[in-house]
Amino acid sequence: MKQTKTFPLAAPLVPPATPTAWGQVARTAAQYALMMGIVALMVLPFLWMLSTSLKPQQYILQAVPQLLPDPLTFESYTQLAERIDLGRTAFNSAFVAIASTVGQIIISAMAAYAFSRMRWRGRDTVFVLYLTTMMIPAVVLVIPQFILVRSLGWVNNYAALIVPGMFSTFGVFLLRQSFLGLPKDFEEAAFVDGANHFTIFWRIILPLSTPALATLAVFSFMGSWNAYLWPLFTARREEVMTLPVALATLQAGPRALTEWNMVMAGSVVAVLPILLVYLFAQRWFVAGVVSSGIKG
Amino acid sequence: MVEQKGLVKWAWVAAFLGPSLIGLWVFVVLPILSSFWYAFNDWNLLSPPEFIGTDNFVELAGDDRFWTALGYTLTFIALYVPVVFVLGLALALLLNQKVRGMLVVRAASFLPVVASWVVVSLIWKWLFNPAYGLINYGLGLVGIEGPAWLFDPGTAVAAMVITSVWKDVGYIALLYLGGLQSISNTLYEAAHIDGAGRWQVARFITLPLLTPTMFFVLITLLINYFQMFEQVWLMPMRDSAADRQVEVIVTEVVRNAFSYNRMGYASAMSWVLFALIFAITLVQLRLQKRWVHYETD
Repeated sequence: MKQTKTFPLAAPLVPPATPTAWGQVARTAAQYALMMGIVALMVLPFLWMLSTSLKPQQYILQAVPQLLPDPLTFESYTQLAERIDLGRTAFNSAFVAIASTVGQIIISAMAAYAFSRMRWRGRDTVFVLYLTTMMIPAVVLVIPQFILVRSLGWVNNYAALIVPGMFSTFGVFLLRQSFLGLPKDFEEAAFVDGANHFTIFWRIILPLSTPALATLAVFSFMGSWNAYLWPLFTARREEVMTLPVALATLQAGPRALTEWNMVMAGSVVAVLPILLVYLFAQRWFVAGVVSSGIKG
Repeated sequence: MVEQKGLVKWAWVAAFLGPSLIGLWVFVVLPILSSFWYAFNDWNLLSPPEFIGTDNFVELAGDDRFWTALGYTLTFIALYVPVVFVLGLALALLLNQKVRGMLVVRAASFLPVVASWVVVSLIWKWLFNPAYGLINYGLGLVGIEGPAWLFDPGTAVAAMVITSVWKDVGYIALLYLGGLQSISNTLYEAAHIDGAGRWQVARFITLPLLTPTMFFVLITLLINYFQMFEQVWLMPMRDSAADRQVEVIVTEVVRNAFSYNRMGYASAMSWVLFALIFAITLVQLRLQKRWVHYETD
């Protein structure tokens, strides 16, 4: 057999194949079995959530669980709509996520421009300040931010859910890195033609940085859509409550039976939009999560 | 870059940086500084804060609930970090194989990363239901009588560790995958010409060149899991032995701040957590010289 030049198996997962064809077949079969096992393990809990949400209450408490709901019913979803104002809650989640994402992108992109395409005294010192704030864990910020938001009268107000998150420094880092990689020729020509910083930012830098902007957008949207700790204490009233907080209230209190089909229906509503966004924008999700490293 | 002079230049800098810098100052820097101040005060949000020196920290040292929470945090880390560190690498090695259908595996293992902790906690709480959950049903099929899981402190920790591994393993694998794919192919070719076997390639090329990624993964895991919150807040069953008994540091901070309105005490606790994370990161940075191999060329 002729040797190829590349070595795709950086480190073998299974021992080297015997030169016989049967060994090769067994190896491939084992690998595909492993791959299918992993897919099943990752997908099955979500399928079980969906299945449970489509069953009537008395059918979820069965000694032998059924994966396919029979009879199939949407009654847990109507029940869910009676317990929480579903339209309002979903709107709140979407509105807050979109507003904070747009805000964060504009503010971060402008700051990143100042840090990468402008030269001014003290630039590096100010940038170190940005670096330092990233080291503070989120839990240190929760209490004083809550006190600040409370004194501004923003508790149970959209502003609490949108504004503080717009100043996360992660976006500034990500976009600065991307802006630094752009060639200077375009903007020098544009300056000679009389363009100002705003024109260059809007017409040259932003269009050339769409991958980084998309990464930040997806990442920021996901962070806001999934957030729990912050909205739990700043948005308790139903008018501003977001999906994760509403969902967590569906669990029964002590000495009551949790209606798991309804809780799973709520989970479907909360997770479906983000899974759809993920399936359509997979590469940006991956890039965002990898570059974030440390969450919060 | 074209140089502009004087006021015009500074006006542009202010226009671009202003919104971000003012926001950062008001919503991040000032809160951090004031939090440090709260840590030395007694404050219930109703009456004005009262300066009490280091009393909060003295109280913390004798607070059994805090030590229990720290114990659980460390237990979680001791159980969760090694498992996800190894399984994440194994998954990355699999994902790195150029085989048809691997993209499906990658997409699937990333689904739990995208879902929120609230949804994941609730799904697994249902899976771990002692009487009607899928997990105990599966255990029953092989003749094992499943435990009460989230009702009992010991098994609740195990259940939460399993849930956390499931949620994070795809994320960790992706971090490793980046490291694996940055290893240059010429090294593998050279090793092959020198007659190295697969095991030797793994031991002397892949592993050493992956140590920077491993270091990053380890730091990330530790920083994130000292701050774990949602699963511990949501998963143990209410009104059971595990409820209010399995606590980690962040759930204690949150309870003190938002259930008991002890803003000063909770702030002090959050700074102790910061000091812990900081110290452990410093130790890691020191220790990295012993095992992390950086390419110098």
